[in-house]
Amino acid sequence: MPTGVLADLALPPFVPFLNWAWDDLLFLLLAGIMLAAAIFVVVGRNIVRSGVAMMLCFAALAGIYVLAGAVIVAAAQVLIYIGAISILVLFAIMLTQSKSGPLSLVFHRQAWAGLLAAIGVVVLLVISVVNTEWPLAVADRLWSVTDEVALLLFSDGLYVFALQVIAVLLTAAVVGGVFIAKREDSADPGEPAPTTLERVRPPVDAAPVETL
Amino acid sequence: MSHSLDAYLILSALLFGVGTFGFLGRRNAIAMLMSIELMLNAVNLAAVAFGAFTPELQAHAALIALLVMAVAAAEATVGLAIVIAIYRNRRTPLVDEYSSMRE
Repeated sequence: MPTGVLADLALPPFVPFLNWAWDDLLFLLLAGIMLAAAIFVVVGRNIVRSGVAMMLCFAALAGIYVLAGAVIVAAAQVLIYIGAISILVLFAIMLTQSKSGPLSLVFHRQAWAGLLAAIGVVVLLVISVVNTEWPLAVADRLWSVTDEVALLLFSDGLYVFALQVIAVLLTAAVVGGVFIAKREDSADPGEPAPTTLERVRPPVDAAPVETL
Repeated sequence: MSHSLDAYLILSALLFGVGTFGFLGRRNAIAMLMSIELMLNAVNLAAVAFGAFTPELQAHAALIALLVMAVAAAEATVGLAIVIAIYRNRRTPLVDEYSSMRE
């Protein structure tokens, strides 16, 4: 019988024709989707498509979390990353897309140096991962229990401080984000100082200053 | 393969590398922020993988991943707000044209 995620299904113990365990097939499939989507995010020419590919990447990563047994993290991944952050990024993309400039040049001219640095980082990480003897490196993964997470978070005292700090951080981020992205009327050169009547008017982006 | 810690960690390293290249190479500020999200996800994957193979660390790993997600949300909020604020002045999302923050 297959183990892990698919233990409850009446499946043959191995994948037909391939002789793999089902978990391995799922892992390879999700990892391939995730890496392909991530590479598309980075090299794609159209940034809106990059944003959508990022959602696909996060979804595949949520599947990998389920394979690793961290169900609560997978649920939070779907809620926070796919539901909130991706939408935020897509809105920001649509707010900042300029039709005037040709976006054909996606990368810096020095992007090869970045590529070298990234390859160096990956090689270092892979070498250190492969050459380290991890304790319990091959085992039956456990299913994380959500109430353990909740108990650890709230009753143990270890993470309560972190929870409070996160709460303050999120509040500060929301207030700061609104403050930074708020349209400052007086900061716009070329426009007369706004009267209070004009400030009531909803901020329409229809008047870009073309002389900049 | 899905029962070995190395596979998860190597996958995490690859995702981190892709994010690194995107952050260093892209010209668009929002694409750079998206690459940062990819790197944070790689770190989360590594934490969850360590938790999955170490029974006493499992709940801790899930918690750390959740905290990282909250910090990522805050970072995305402030980062995108800054990009929008700069875009309002400079009319471009490309970072190599941000030679100065004011005109």
